[in-house]
Amino acid sequence: MTLKIIVKGKAKGKIMKSNNPINFLGAVDKKTGIIRDNKHDMFQKSLKGSILVFPHGIGSSVGAYTIYSLKSHNSAPAAMICTKADLSVVSGCALADIPLLIVTQDKYDSLKDGKEITVDTYSEKIL
Amino acid sequence: MELTKEEEAALKGERGETLQLAFRILVATGEATDAEKLVPIEWAHVSGVNYNTIGDAGEEFLSNLSKNAKVKVKTTVNPMGYDIDNVSNYNLDEQFIKKQESIRNSYEKIGVTPSFSCIPYEIFDIPNNGTQVSFAETNAAIYVNSINHLKTNKESAFSALASALTGKSPYSDLRKNLDSPNLTIRMKLENPNELDLGMLGFFAGKIADSSVRISGVNDMDRRSCKSLCGGMGTSGRCGKFILEKEDNHSEKVDFDKKEMQKVYDELNTIDSSDLITLGSPQLGLEELSDLSMMLKGKSFKKRCMIFCPRAIQNQARKLGYIKELDHAGCEILSDCCTCLTPLIDKKDIDGVTTNSIKGAYYLKNSNGVDVNLKSLSKIIHEETK
Repeated sequence: MTLKIIVKGKAKGKIMKSNNPINFLGAVDKKTGIIRDNKHDMFQKSLKGSILVFPHGIGSSVGAYTIYSLKSHNSAPAAMICTKADLSVVSGCALADIPLLIVTQDKYDSLKDGKEITVDTYSEKIL
Repeated sequence: MELTKEEEAALKGERGETLQLAFRILVATGEATDAEKLVPIEWAHVSGVNYNTIGDAGEEFLSNLSKNAKVKVKTTVNPMGYDIDNVSNYNLDEQFIKKQESIRNSYEKIGVTPSFSCIPYEIFDIPNNGTQVSFAETNAAIYVNSINHLKTNKESAFSALASALTGKSPYSDLRKNLDSPNLTIRMKLENPNELDLGMLGFFAGKIADSSVRISGVNDMDRRSCKSLCGGMGTSGRCGKFILEKEDNHSEKVDFDKKEMQKVYDELNTIDSSDLITLGSPQLGLEELSDLSMMLKGKSFKKRCMIFCPRAIQNQARKLGYIKELDHAGCEILSDCCTCLTPLIDKKDIDGVTTNSIKGAYYLKNSNGVDVNLKSLSKIIHEETK
């Protein structure tokens, strides 16, 4: 198994990839989805509509609300793909109905920034 | 993950929308952490109370939830945005207060204990060793796992809320007796103060997995220990540390002067300030007692905000500590904390001095103010007269 489905769904979008973990509460604007941490490699980029590929969430437990808020403001990623589970990201995606996959490191390495892909958990595929 | 018939029915929605939502969260977090089942928990500590952190979406979510949800176990809550007793001294708009009061009402309606504290481990009785609890608020999860020998995942706001509503949580690795972290951090600095240990925590959080061993640290006072937990919770996903001698089997990484300087340079962004904050985590009774001793006959040269739980402030007042702190010019605030406080606005404040690594990270990234890091003893030495 190269991928594990955490939150089901289907989404299409461009990969936005970071090799840095994300602290959603501290680093992401909860209305716009723009990264505001100037030390993060995605500083000033917007997560909106992307297939967000990053190692895992870190930090505050309230980051889950940030993810939910992004969804309410139509600024959320279309799907997320991580290598490790963080409960803030998992529960935020579960509540906001954002498809979430955990993948192996090899699979993660094969996902290239900027590429247009479709995530479909029903057929267990990343295309 | 295996569910009981009752859990399965709730997940399908046969026990109402609220429980269906709660079980959806528990199942997702359980699957993600390879838990084989749900286990009962005795105490939930929920985060996501401050309007500044959860916003309108969070406020509406809780308002809807509170229409027909009730907690099943003892549930305590994190700080909110202000102290109602002195909020009028701060320039906070009415809209904020209205939304914050709505959040407070929603939580009270679902039956929580209105503790508004990020240090529940200092104001409530601690259950027996090994008791399963469910703590969001990262410093508290790390503290009770590492110091109080309770068992919790490093919960999120929603996973702890789901636990509060169901009395259950996934049986993930931190809940089991698996005390063999694959990484040891070797503390190379002698006689560290609380700021050094906060930086050690921040460093450890960045590289550790779900738990970590720390060697070279013997006795920590409560202030240092809280600082370490706060730093660790901010930078990573690690939910527990074990203080021990080196273990030959695990990978080893040194935390030396050079590494500490890197953390300092990342979080210290200015050399001057117009305000001091003490607390994040909020201060406990011992810390207020220490502080009142250290400040005897002194007063701060600039504003100093001190955050502590309401219950602690009441005790400290009876014991005379608050009088000393008042004399020194401190602003004492309960029910709220430094992290994402709406009471510090970058329009009025350029820089904040603090000894809190957790506070420093969120002041910079969320409030947008610069931070000057100093240990408490240095703050007292340099910032009072």
